[in-house]
Amino acid sequence: MAAVWKKEVQSYFLSPIAYIFMAVFMLVTGLFFVLTNVLGQSAEFNNTLSNIAFMFILVVPVLTMRLLSEERRTKTDQLLLTSPISLTSVVVGKYLAALTVFAATLVLSLVYPLVLAIFGNPAFGEIFSGYIGFALLGCTLIALGLFMSALCENQVTAAVSTFGVILLLWMGSSIINSISVTWLADILSWLSIYDRFYGFVQGIIGLAPTFYYISASALFVFLTIRTVEKRRWSEG
Amino acid sequence: MIKVENLTKRYGSKLAVNDVTFQINEGEVVGFLGRNGAGKTTTMNILTGYISSTSGSASVNGFDILKEPLEVKKRIGYLPEQPPVYMDMTVNEYLTFVSNIKNVPAKQRKAQIEAACERVGITEMRKRLIKNLSKGYKQRVGFAQALIGNPEVLILDEPTVGLDPRQIIEIRQLIKDLGKQHTVILSSHILHEVADVCERVIIIDQGKIVAQDTLANLASSVNEIARLSLRVQGGDASVRKALHDLHGIKYVEALGVKEPDTQDYLVECEAHADVRADIFRVLASMNRPLLLMRPMDVTLEDIFLQLTSEEAH
Repeated sequence: MAAVWKKEVQSYFLSPIAYIFMAVFMLVTGLFFVLTNVLGQSAEFNNTLSNIAFMFILVVPVLTMRLLSEERRTKTDQLLLTSPISLTSVVVGKYLAALTVFAATLVLSLVYPLVLAIFGNPAFGEIFSGYIGFALLGCTLIALGLFMSALCENQVTAAVSTFGVILLLWMGSSIINSISVTWLADILSWLSIYDRFYGFVQGIIGLAPTFYYISASALFVFLTIRTVEKRRWSEG
Repeated sequence: MIKVENLTKRYGSKLAVNDVTFQINEGEVVGFLGRNGAGKTTTMNILTGYISSTSGSASVNGFDILKEPLEVKKRIGYLPEQPPVYMDMTVNEYLTFVSNIKNVPAKQRKAQIEAACERVGITEMRKRLIKNLSKGYKQRVGFAQALIGNPEVLILDEPTVGLDPRQIIEIRQLIKDLGKQHTVILSSHILHEVADVCERVIIIDQGKIVAQDTLANLASSVNEIARLSLRVQGGDASVRKALHDLHGIKYVEALGVKEPDTQDYLVECEAHADVRADIFRVLASMNRPLLLMRPMDVTLEDIFLQLTSEEAH
């Protein structure tokens, strides 16, 4: 697993992908930071965090699109699948590599709360909670992108589908509000990944949403493994 | 060492591999011969655990590919048709990655990579990016990859496709050398390549094995009629008649003049009749010097065409 992780992290940083991801992330965060915190003269960094949560629609596909699709296209999956390592360690290694780039970006973005700390008195507990929620949301969406990448052979298709699904999830909460059928709204709110993030923004690290995010990530990673495994058996 | 029993792989309504059974002993170099789309690659992909079979079993050293895949994969080095290399890595980085995923102990890693590079002749290329290498060198990097971890079995899928003639010769020599230490399965649609490198041939057509034997046995099974090519000085119609009258000769055909003042003949003999001495004597008695006598060997092409066309009926 460590070998796959290392290779993926290297390839992220050898290609422009990691830099594009980080640059877009920092740019959008900086923009909203200036608008919300600097110009708004507010020390509430969580407002920025909740504003930039839409950005996952754009940056997650960049991070995950080629994870598995590229291996299939260049047939290097033949090396991975015929080597004495389990499929689980290949997929988890790749997932962790994407998370590593995400985590590095989060660390970089700490510069904004730091600025707030220098010029004001932000509530660090709340910011901490906001970051936990933001990280959990990101991990779940990256797992989703990984799954999409396993489904598609072409990285463009993978990116566009990931984009579409995350966009739907993001719009989910407003769609739910306009649905009057209660049972349908209940089911949809169960699937609404974004809704669970806003509790964290308010400074509440809830057990249920934390568990929800972790199990959703695990589910997508599991589905990814099953998808690749199933293809080996395919008779189509 | 390798045992394949009733292996079948179905794609929709088509049987890519149809009830294939064979066995390969330790140290053998076996050629897997068939036209494009005959099922060679599918069989190899199943053996290496890349895809699964619909039914049947495959095992290496007693380990079943479905039940103990990791044990099997440890023992196999696989070079797929398209070398599975990462273009944005250097040769060194790539081989280090391969030795990591093949669980080569850290202490042996460097020595193994060096040995593999030495073996396939890419030592000078080790610091270069793989995407900047020529097709032939990429193929060699793929070869080095298969050698890492010292697997007992090497499975090579069309290892010389797309190389220039000189590289083909080098790669064949390499396979011959490797055959001294490894069990090798080599697939190819190039007949003389298999004849050159392999001791035993498995011929597959439309997913089925149509023949498996040593080359010599295969040749003799087809070789019921021996053919000789002759060149006779001053040959004319009388020579043809004299040859035709010899006991054991079925048919004589004049092939025309290939050298001034001579005549070439093609002689078909009856099975197992050795008429060479008789030909010499009869020509000598007619004072027609025999300049050349050459047995026309049955080529692998003949075997292949005969077997695969039989199958088509």
